[in-house]
Amino acid sequence: MSRRRPAGPSRAKGLSLHLLAVLLAAFVLVPILFGVLGGFKDNAQLATNPFGLPAPWHPENYTEVLGSVSFWRQIGNSVLVALATTVLVVGLSALAAFAFARFAFRGREVLFTIFTAGLMFPFAVAILPLFVLMRAFGLLDNPLGVILVQAAFGLPMTIIILRGFFAGVPREVEEAAVIDGCTPFGVFWRVLLPMARPALATVSVLAIVASWNNFFLPLAVFNDPDWWTIPLGVQQFQGQYSSDIARTLAYVVLAMVPALAFYAVAERHLISGLTAGATKG
Amino acid sequence: MTHPALTERPEKRPRTGARPGPGPGPATVRRRRLRGLATVALFILPALVLYGLLVLAPIAIAAYTSMFRWNGLGGWPEDFVGLDNFTRLFDSDVFHGDLRNGLIIIVLSLLVQLPFALGLALLLNRRMRGRAVYRLLFFAPYVLSEVITGVLFSLILSPESGLANQLLRAVGLEELERAWLADPSTVLPALFAVMTWKYFGFYMILFLAGRQGIPAELGEAAAIDGATAWEQFRHVTLPLLGPTIRIAAFLSIIGTVQLFDLVWVLTGGGPDHASETLAVTMFQFGFKRTQVGYASAISVVMFLLSMIFALAYLRFVMRRDTQGAVTTMGDHR
Repeated sequence: MSRRRPAGPSRAKGLSLHLLAVLLAAFVLVPILFGVLGGFKDNAQLATNPFGLPAPWHPENYTEVLGSVSFWRQIGNSVLVALATTVLVVGLSALAAFAFARFAFRGREVLFTIFTAGLMFPFAVAILPLFVLMRAFGLLDNPLGVILVQAAFGLPMTIIILRGFFAGVPREVEEAAVIDGCTPFGVFWRVLLPMARPALATVSVLAIVASWNNFFLPLAVFNDPDWWTIPLGVQQFQGQYSSDIARTLAYVVLAMVPALAFYAVAERHLISGLTAGATKG
Repeated sequence: MTHPALTERPEKRPRTGARPGPGPGPATVRRRRLRGLATVALFILPALVLYGLLVLAPIAIAAYTSMFRWNGLGGWPEDFVGLDNFTRLFDSDVFHGDLRNGLIIIVLSLLVQLPFALGLALLLNRRMRGRAVYRLLFFAPYVLSEVITGVLFSLILSPESGLANQLLRAVGLEELERAWLADPSTVLPALFAVMTWKYFGFYMILFLAGRQGIPAELGEAAAIDGATAWEQFRHVTLPLLGPTIRIAAFLSIIGTVQLFDLVWVLTGGGPDHASETLAVTMFQFGFKRTQVGYASAISVVMFLLSMIFALAYLRFVMRRDTQGAVTTMGDHR
């Protein structure tokens, strides 16, 4: 923490600081508020009364979206894909990270470097061959086609963070467990994994957010609207109702709600994960 | 070391020879070693298989298919054309435009977005009322998907009832009104503005974490020695933030190379390729125009660009940043 001495001009400085912060807050908030309020207007109001409160309020845009099957189906698909991706990537990464942190074996560093190299190359590079692969496996229009790929691309970051955590656990802890007769898997499962709960929460939050926001991969894999996730649904909705701005705004706003709610709950984990990931990668 | 067997020198790579041999009464040492290898394999193989199949193999596949003329339909490509796809790509104006657009966005990010985020982080590092709220708020756009951001801003930037032009009209600046996303001269700045809206909070958080890792005593010592606020920033804070800044620049550049979602939703790469990126061109040819061989060549170029950049960056720019130099951000508080 940097402490500031309260000096003469610091009052004016403090004021201008606050002014700047408020301006920036407006920069962030105004687009979102435009969306929220716009969703309650009709298109005529959007043209004539862009800034004011809706008069009258039109909740239909929201209620129609909330009453539609496709919206909830997309939410359900997004939840399913995100949860499955997270379980898979965290499970596999925890196993691998444990081995990387705790076992000495030849080729360990090379193998670890191969995993970390994955952080550097863009997902977009792989999308086309992945499409070809998924078609060969018959995984197009199959949630596994998205889940497996997302999990695979999540491995580098997750392994790096978890390895760092496992490496920081004192060896005495597991030596005691081994003396008590624990197998390596027993050490992992009964001792280290429970200790790693905060780190697991962090990487899970990262995985969920990444999956929830993924657009490129589902766009390539899901042709069938029944499997669309929320980002696909939003994009499609915009195309379909391009002239109905108010209705599109309502859809976008409702699609934002789960992400923002999740952020409100998991903000701490998200930020610690992002900063840890960025610095260790 | 945990498992005694594992500390001994293994004879084979972990992925091979994972079973204890059935031979009659081998030395216990050997058996323990094999069991150790089997254990390692059990822990690492699942991740390695998934990673190899879905992350590494696609690169090889792209390299292979990039040498064929192929519509992507059925089976494997047959019409081998060598490097023709690449020569065609290097001659293409769209490709040159992609590189130019990427470069412009990178330059804007490094010169505008990162300094802006850095300044903001330093401001929010001070004690001020509502600091936690501001931090929470500024970071919020990061959690929204690029698609949602893109659709929202395509409506905000739309020519008639869009908020941007309405605001200009309201304050009497009608002459500044633009069809932001449909005008080749404004589309890149508009795209960049949206990127800034979404990502400045992320960089701010990175810088904040880096700033909080710098001991306050350093600044105080400099102040006692008579350093002004600017001198403290210039000679204490900025150098110590070096590693964080270098990482932020790295993430920003790598992110730009693969920029797709936002562009696809906002403009589709238009008007007339004015906002097109490599990933958009690749998607166009690969998924819309079924020139999969050509699109693969674009993938390969993207891969080489980011690989060469990443290696050069690690070698020449970040080599001084030994592990842990970015303070203690790693420990999860």
